[in-house]
Amino acid sequence: MAYSKLVMEHFLKPRNRGVIKDPSGVGTVGNPVCGDLMRIYIQVKRNKENQEIINDIKFETLGCAAAIATSSMITELAKNKTLSEAEKITNQEVAGALEGLPPIKMHCSNLAADALKNAIDNYLSNKK
Amino acid sequence: MINKKKKIYLDYAATTPLDKAILQTMLPYLTFKYGNSMSIHSFGMEASLAVEAARKDLANFLNSKAEEIFFTSGATESNNIVIKGTVDAYYKKFGKNAPKPHIVTTKFEHHSVLNAFKTIEKEDLAEVSYINISKDGFIDFNELKSKIKKPNTVLVSVVYVNSEIGTVQPIKKIGNLIKTMRKDNIYPLFHTDATQAVNYFSCDVTDLGIDFLSFSSHKIYGPKGIGALYLKKNVPLKKLFDGGEQENGFRPGTHNVAGIVGFAKAIEFVIKNKNKDFVRLKTLRNFFIDKVLEEILDSNLNGSKENRSPNNCNFRFKNIEGESLVLMLDQIGIACSTGSACSSSSLQASHVLLSIGLRPEEAHSSLRITLGRDTTKQDIEFTIEKLKQSIEKLRKLSGSVLTDYFKKYKGN
Repeated sequence: MAYSKLVMEHFLKPRNRGVIKDPSGVGTVGNPVCGDLMRIYIQVKRNKENQEIINDIKFETLGCAAAIATSSMITELAKNKTLSEAEKITNQEVAGALEGLPPIKMHCSNLAADALKNAIDNYLSNKK
Repeated sequence: MINKKKKIYLDYAATTPLDKAILQTMLPYLTFKYGNSMSIHSFGMEASLAVEAARKDLANFLNSKAEEIFFTSGATESNNIVIKGTVDAYYKKFGKNAPKPHIVTTKFEHHSVLNAFKTIEKEDLAEVSYINISKDGFIDFNELKSKIKKPNTVLVSVVYVNSEIGTVQPIKKIGNLIKTMRKDNIYPLFHTDATQAVNYFSCDVTDLGIDFLSFSSHKIYGPKGIGALYLKKNVPLKKLFDGGEQENGFRPGTHNVAGIVGFAKAIEFVIKNKNKDFVRLKTLRNFFIDKVLEEILDSNLNGSKENRSPNNCNFRFKNIEGESLVLMLDQIGIACSTGSACSSSSLQASHVLLSIGLRPEEAHSSLRITLGRDTTKQDIEFTIEKLKQSIEKLRKLSGSVLTDYFKKYKGN
């Protein structure tokens, strides 16, 4: 099993690590039994076109290199996207943006898009 | 000039570097002494003499007879021969319709033992009892004793030194117990996988009361692809392979002569260095364990500090996932391993760590560091510093995600 250079780069220098205080939404996925837990925080604002966008995004992840790298990557992919654009990002796309993951990691550690969706859902239900 | 980063290898339980002096003894057999030991010409004779001399060296180490040593490809093969061969021999002796034999083993054997038993169970050839392991990493002796009492018990298989947590099992005590329970019968037979024990512990099979002992050369600074099985004379065991007359026809296949010569040299060095290595590594290991537990918050040692292989450290660190930690240390040039599921192709947490009662998230947070002949105090001091930094970095990344998870789902 070998990770791509990009996975290692995001693992060793993760982007947007940390917490957003008073976030618009938070999403958590994974469980300790399988070893990976991811939490994504989003801050939603309106842009000039009055669309809701992800203005800021941060993550906390306990897990393997793939879990950390996919968390880092999704924050890059989702930042400044509109909510409807961000919602459409798939786990496959995250893995693709990282030049692929070892096959065995595709299911267990490739959950970042789900975490983001949860965070968006959380925001939308808070709004109601 | 390129300043090549120094690499620190701390995974000696996975494999050891080949000793250069051992390589030197092997080289003639990889070049001009290339004969097949079964040939009757001088090339063959040269190879055959080398194989038989090596067999004597191994027998000397185990305090056995030379004809009780069988060369194999390694401990995995030796373990398979013992387990499957014992069951086959039982049915051969008592007939296909004989009552199902019973085997006693432990929950934290190496996969080559456990999976061989799983196969036998799947084929419905034997009933297998898996003995529980204490929190400290030792077999439940009373449970073992009560299980062996079953009259159809044919084999007891207990690992000598556990490969992950390094705890040493009471092999002599088990050997004695089996001897008294066996009385005049052949069964039960006693097997130990001694792969991790050879470097530091007595493997005197007569003293320990062992019928089968498996071990590998690559764990003792010898070459890979060669190992041996000690098989006590007149003990019933059916061979697995058919072929020529090598190893008395019991384990056919052209001899790996260079490997066998290297293996014997490795054993010679083990005999020479055993006591010295034991004392030096134990001091170094204790220094390492004490420092880590003292200086790293929320760190624990897996398995007992007493009765533990002098080269083995196995920790768990709260809020850490082992694969990440291993990869981070590897970036710095430090090589070690973990029992985290994320590092295994099966995606299951280490059965050894689960067997001592750890929760899955604790097993995922483990780090195994195993020392060896080339490990220095400087290596250890450097590793402690880097370990501290790496853990700090990873804990920043995970924040309170685990604690919050348990608060939410377990209500504590």
